[in-house]
Amino acid sequence: MAKPKKVIALPTTAPGQPWEPVHTPGRFRNTLSKYRVYRNESRCIKCGKCVELCPYGVFSKAGTYLRRPQSYLCLGFACQKKPFHCVANCPAQALKVSLHPVYNTLGDCRWNGDLLLSTWWQAEWGNLPYTDLEYRTGASGGGFDRLRFLFPPRRGGKKISHQDISLEVDINRRGDGRPQIRVSVPWYGGGMSFGSVSINTILSRAQAAKTFNTLVSTGEGGYPEELYPFDDHIVTQVATGLFGVREDTLQRVRMIEFKYAQGAKPGLGGHLLGDKVTPAVARMRESVTGSALFSPFPFHSVYSVEDHKKHIDWMKEINPKALVAVKVSTPTDVDMVAVGSYYAGAHVVQLDGSYGGTGAAPDIAKKNIAMPVEYAIPKVHQFLRSEGIREEVTLVASGGIRSAFDVAKAIALGADLVQIGTADLVALECLRCHNCESGRGCARGIATTDPELVDLMTINYGAARICNLYHAWSWQLKEILRLLGLRSIRELVGRTDLMVHLDYFEREVDDDIRQRG
Amino acid sequence: MPAKYHIHVRRVPPRFSPLAKNTIIDWGEGCLRCARCVKEQCPVDAYRKRGFDPSQFVDTIDEMCRDCYRCVQGCPRELIYKANNPQYRQLGDEYWTPEILAATWYQAETGKIPVSGAGYGGPFAGPGFDSIWTDMSEIVRPTRDGIHGREYISTSIDLGRKPMFLTFDEQGELAWSVPPLLELPLPILLGQPSLGANPRGMQEIMVQAAQNLGTLAILARDRLVPVPAEALGQIMPSYSTGALNLDDPLLSQIRALEILDHPGVLEQVEALKKRYPEVIVSIKVPGDEKVVDRVAELTAAGMEIIHIFAGEEARGLGEFQDLHLKDLIRRCHLRLVEDQLRDTVTLLVSGGIALAEHVAKAIICGADGIIADLPLLLALECHLCRQCTKGGKCPVDIDQITVKRGAQRLVNLMGAWNNQLLEILGAMGMREVRRLRGEVGRAMFLEDLEKEIFAPLFAQREGELKREPT
Repeated sequence: MAKPKKVIALPTTAPGQPWEPVHTPGRFRNTLSKYRVYRNESRCIKCGKCVELCPYGVFSKAGTYLRRPQSYLCLGFACQKKPFHCVANCPAQALKVSLHPVYNTLGDCRWNGDLLLSTWWQAEWGNLPYTDLEYRTGASGGGFDRLRFLFPPRRGGKKISHQDISLEVDINRRGDGRPQIRVSVPWYGGGMSFGSVSINTILSRAQAAKTFNTLVSTGEGGYPEELYPFDDHIVTQVATGLFGVREDTLQRVRMIEFKYAQGAKPGLGGHLLGDKVTPAVARMRESVTGSALFSPFPFHSVYSVEDHKKHIDWMKEINPKALVAVKVSTPTDVDMVAVGSYYAGAHVVQLDGSYGGTGAAPDIAKKNIAMPVEYAIPKVHQFLRSEGIREEVTLVASGGIRSAFDVAKAIALGADLVQIGTADLVALECLRCHNCESGRGCARGIATTDPELVDLMTINYGAARICNLYHAWSWQLKEILRLLGLRSIRELVGRTDLMVHLDYFEREVDDDIRQRG
Repeated sequence: MPAKYHIHVRRVPPRFSPLAKNTIIDWGEGCLRCARCVKEQCPVDAYRKRGFDPSQFVDTIDEMCRDCYRCVQGCPRELIYKANNPQYRQLGDEYWTPEILAATWYQAETGKIPVSGAGYGGPFAGPGFDSIWTDMSEIVRPTRDGIHGREYISTSIDLGRKPMFLTFDEQGELAWSVPPLLELPLPILLGQPSLGANPRGMQEIMVQAAQNLGTLAILARDRLVPVPAEALGQIMPSYSTGALNLDDPLLSQIRALEILDHPGVLEQVEALKKRYPEVIVSIKVPGDEKVVDRVAELTAAGMEIIHIFAGEEARGLGEFQDLHLKDLIRRCHLRLVEDQLRDTVTLLVSGGIALAEHVAKAIICGADGIIADLPLLLALECHLCRQCTKGGKCPVDIDQITVKRGAQRLVNLMGAWNNQLLEILGAMGMREVRRLRGEVGRAMFLEDLEKEIFAPLFAQREGELKREPT
């Protein structure tokens, strides 16, 4: 088994100090790329001209030895017009730049190759790639992928700088005397249980949540002791299987998440395959090693909105300081469900779409059951508004938030903030092979409990990668707000007028924020 | 409660390696012969287990590879790639996509529901059935633990004429004989695929599978293979126009038959019913521009089952060739609802039903049951190359497959489909597929969601054109 790459010491950020990106290269020798820079060794005369020419560091030397080209840093075909184009300038015609054959095999419609590569880039460098990678959308052909921001023409006078822009969100909007939770970024980590992902993944996310003053949910799989130092940044989940839920775990945290349904398998139970139930997982969940675990659907003690209220009251009683979130899927009557949750006493209503999840889910459920979250957000937002309670509910969107632009779009559609999961995993070099559920789990050491595979990743690496991604996202969100002339993420909520949908808008729209910078 | 219906699936290994979506390209030239080669570290041991399948000239590594890219990213000379497999992309056609073929093969092999991790990666929506989402229920309903549930969800449907009320004579006895009704334990009938290298073998396989599943196999009468006596109850012979001979000895042994619609069909059915009152008749009606009126007419005339058939790609026929099967079903269903006759007749549909979700969605649109045809051929590893229609040799030797093996693969596919139907019903909190029929309120249609949610927000309004992108 390959040893993990060198451990990067996590710089200690002073409280209140923003994260400074730390260059955190991938754990694997060859970074995947869109373009492939090929050097024909039999032709190369080792003159080193390419090393001198390329400003992006594709080529480097160790003494007289020419290292293999770092293809992922290459500008690609766009470089052909540049004076430093290596292919044209190579005296021995030893260089070739082509589309990497691997590029077309990467990802799927939601997370296509470009989005994966650009997210890896952000996790490595903490900024946006300078190459032609599409970093805003995937290629699903609908929803977020057809929405664009329409930035107003730049006018003089109104100058806003990033320091003037706030990304903070207050989660308790009920005014019920319970403590406020103010997160510094409009997202927090979605539930991924110990068992579905490794402890290193969980701790990396927790560390990032702490650094960016936000939260992360435990998912349904207990509350590992390693998380105790992060108590103030943890949301503990109470789901139908009640795995690892104890009075103690409910009392540790500032927010409790009550999970009815999960977007990836709406109306169906969870299922952790036996292979992933290692002794540690079994201990945490108080179950038997190697025996598959079913999380039933629905709550066997909740058959009505009154039962639902009873459960929320019960949790509020156990932890008088905690806020309560209710996570639901997106059925036809999702608006009514949201209202019901509000009247039952929830602080947060979370709408979970079907594009997320690490666990095993039937393909038929992911594709067909419940409506896309892009429709559910405005539907619920508007209904809560017409009911006159929008200002008292915090609406969270999840299950399909892949990029900073998705965050902004979800908020503009009507959410207060979002929950992310897969994006964190992609930062840790997940490539969406869709095999997290089976056998030993993730072969890249992210969504696995196999001891050998878990060791592929360190917490320092993981935390730094996720923090870098969060840093890049923060910058993008501030830039979007700046271009829209807004000073706070709060001002973006429900502003669908700032977006266009390409199905309804005929002109070309480019909301790339890099050129505008 | 009746005994729980259970389909006994059993793994039937494929005869040919299934084609993988991507392929590994592994250049030997320039290899450093590292002492610790990345190929030895493959988490699924694909390199060690790989073989060569001489019948197809394929390296079996591709089907074992789980796409972790560790070897691609680990090789010091970057000699290992993954690339799209051109053979995979060439499978099937635009409607019967490689993904549908691969999913069908998997289900026919294992009998299991396709399951994967990491969320849905497909397109936002698509044409036809892909523009429908089914509902789910958060809390208010009886409990259920997945398909492993304790509560019984019935997938039974009834074939035949259902009287709207009963009439009694003065003695309190039924005033007339109740028409025959046939209960199938799953809403799927087996229809004969329109192509295939071995139609006779296919019939035998279908008969055995129908027996095993408790459903009906619809087989053309004129080319019918000899059917064992105990299986006659599971076949539904199909007669083309004018081919029905009332002296056919088969008619006294079967429970249901099908007649292709023609102008004299009502008289024909009357004559048939006089001699064989217990045989249930299905009228096969083309899904063309006349279908809605014809279905209404036949229903009003007291027909028992109407089978509406569409094209292979779930499109209507004739002038309705641009109409999707789902809309075809909805129109017919709604017309019968308007005529207040919907509950009297059984509507079956066929054409382009390719996936388990299509079963549920066709039923939501208003069908009572569906007829699966081409998927049955796919279950036997057909690549849909259509060589058989041009007199060519079948590349997967469908004519070599034994009846037992083939039937089990069909049973596996139907087992997986039925379990997926249970998932959909369970998510909605429904306990009977009969109740799903026409329940469009438990589904979300793309056009409705657009109209209700996105159009009011994003449709161009007057004066909107001033919004200039910068």
